[in-house]
Amino acid sequence: MLVGAVLGLARGAAAEGEAESSDPELPAFHEQRLPLAAWTLGIGLATLVFVFRSRRGKPPVIRRLAALDAVDEAIGRATEMGRPVLFVPGIMDMNDIQTVAGVTLLGRVARTAAEYDAQVEVPTSRSLVMEAARDAVQSACLAAGRPEAYQPDRVHYVTDEQFAYVAHVTGSMVRERPAACFLMGTFYGESLILAETGNHVGAIQIAGTGETSQLPFFVAACDYTLIGEEFFVASAYLSGEPDQLGSVQAQDAAKIAVIAFVVIGTLVATAAVIWADAAWLHETSDFLRSAVGARP
Amino acid sequence: MIARQAVPLAIAIGAGLLMAVSYFLRPLGWMSESASEIFNVVSAIAFVLGAGSLLKANLSTISRRDRGWGYAAVTLGAFLVTLVVGMGKMGVNPSPSSPQAAWSGDQQTAETPFGWIYEFVLSPLSATMFALLAFFVASAAFRAFRAKNAGAAVLLVTAFVVLLGRTYAGVVLTDWMPGWASGLRLENLSNYLMGVFGSAGNRAILIGIALGVAATSLRILLGLDRSWLSREGGG
Repeated sequence: MLVGAVLGLARGAAAEGEAESSDPELPAFHEQRLPLAAWTLGIGLATLVFVFRSRRGKPPVIRRLAALDAVDEAIGRATEMGRPVLFVPGIMDMNDIQTVAGVTLLGRVARTAAEYDAQVEVPTSRSLVMEAARDAVQSACLAAGRPEAYQPDRVHYVTDEQFAYVAHVTGSMVRERPAACFLMGTFYGESLILAETGNHVGAIQIAGTGETSQLPFFVAACDYTLIGEEFFVASAYLSGEPDQLGSVQAQDAAKIAVIAFVVIGTLVATAAVIWADAAWLHETSDFLRSAVGARP
Repeated sequence: MIARQAVPLAIAIGAGLLMAVSYFLRPLGWMSESASEIFNVVSAIAFVLGAGSLLKANLSTISRRDRGWGYAAVTLGAFLVTLVVGMGKMGVNPSPSSPQAAWSGDQQTAETPFGWIYEFVLSPLSATMFALLAFFVASAAFRAFRAKNAGAAVLLVTAFVVLLGRTYAGVVLTDWMPGWASGLRLENLSNYLMGVFGSAGNRAILIGIALGVAATSLRILLGLDRSWLSREGGG
């Protein structure tokens, strides 16, 4: 998981930097990326501040997320019914942060399942994800004090092909009739096929993704859905650790800063149109645009 | 036992921070390029593990005669046939540039057995699965668009307007409206709903996702979230 996550997350930036990195004429720092660097540093500093505050005994209060509160209920139901729990970590590789978030959540789900003595089935569409998922499930079983609950064959690779993977997972759903389905990661056209099949077999379904185009399908077909940022805070929420909760507070602080930028930027841009002669309004508007990385 | 966690954590933090910095500094740009190449190599190695897992899972399903073991047999047969045909480059003609090398030709074309399998077996099967989506959309829409309360009724009406506005029927139905009321034509209402309310909601979610991605990455890079670390051996 380590190799996949670290190398994979950097992969997207590779193509962009390929052409420029060898040109000695260009300055060392990407000037166009200065706003992004400033935002990254700001969020990083806010994270450190809130983590230290949290460590000093001021952990933030996070609103309850029904989807995460239902995790125990879903696994408990699976245990009572003697049916497995199905966890689908999306269809992308470890170079996708949503897959990383999904596998992290798998660890939490697997731990609860090990405590309840429920079986977790994890079909994956990428070999690296299979390895990462096995690590996560094994760690969870150890943390739950039940190392014997770990069965590596239950975390298995199916295929990289999107719809062949869907055919396997939906077929398996119909045959095994899992009592709970977790759909956590990156999904595309297959999201509704998976969620509707889960609905038809009567499973409790909890989904989470950052793909905005797939969210309506999950909302329509699943019992609970982690929408966008909720999906990314889920791991911190379930851990309950002050450090991780502090980072969630930093995320909220950054959101407040973004909202302030949007409101101030909208007012300044509108004023610049009304008072077209006021040069300082145009300069301020251009500065705010560049601060969020937009072209003036 | 400490090394089992400390070493991977140090690699993750060090490599992750370097990758982040290399995005902003041109002289370090080569790091991202190398990382991309290493990722491909690691993925290729991991694929062998994946194939092993696929074989093991399907063989044990067949040997235990579990429900649906026939499907496992078909999967295994298809996997082995494709593997032999692909790895053996069966039926591939020599390329014009190297006519002396029997297997030097391209096997991605439909003239080769491997290309034929892709073109006339895998593609139609994938298209069939995708086509099923239409029926799933219908059943999900039937459930989602029931006017159970005021909010659901608003959703139903909005969906109806957007759906009609995106079809020619919507244009025909409200074409009679005078110019001063053109904003109420279904196609314009649909565009307005999607462009104003839809975009605003979508962007709000996207901003939240972007911040969530940043926070998740920082949690991993700063070592706050270590749930991904293997604890093999009880560490």
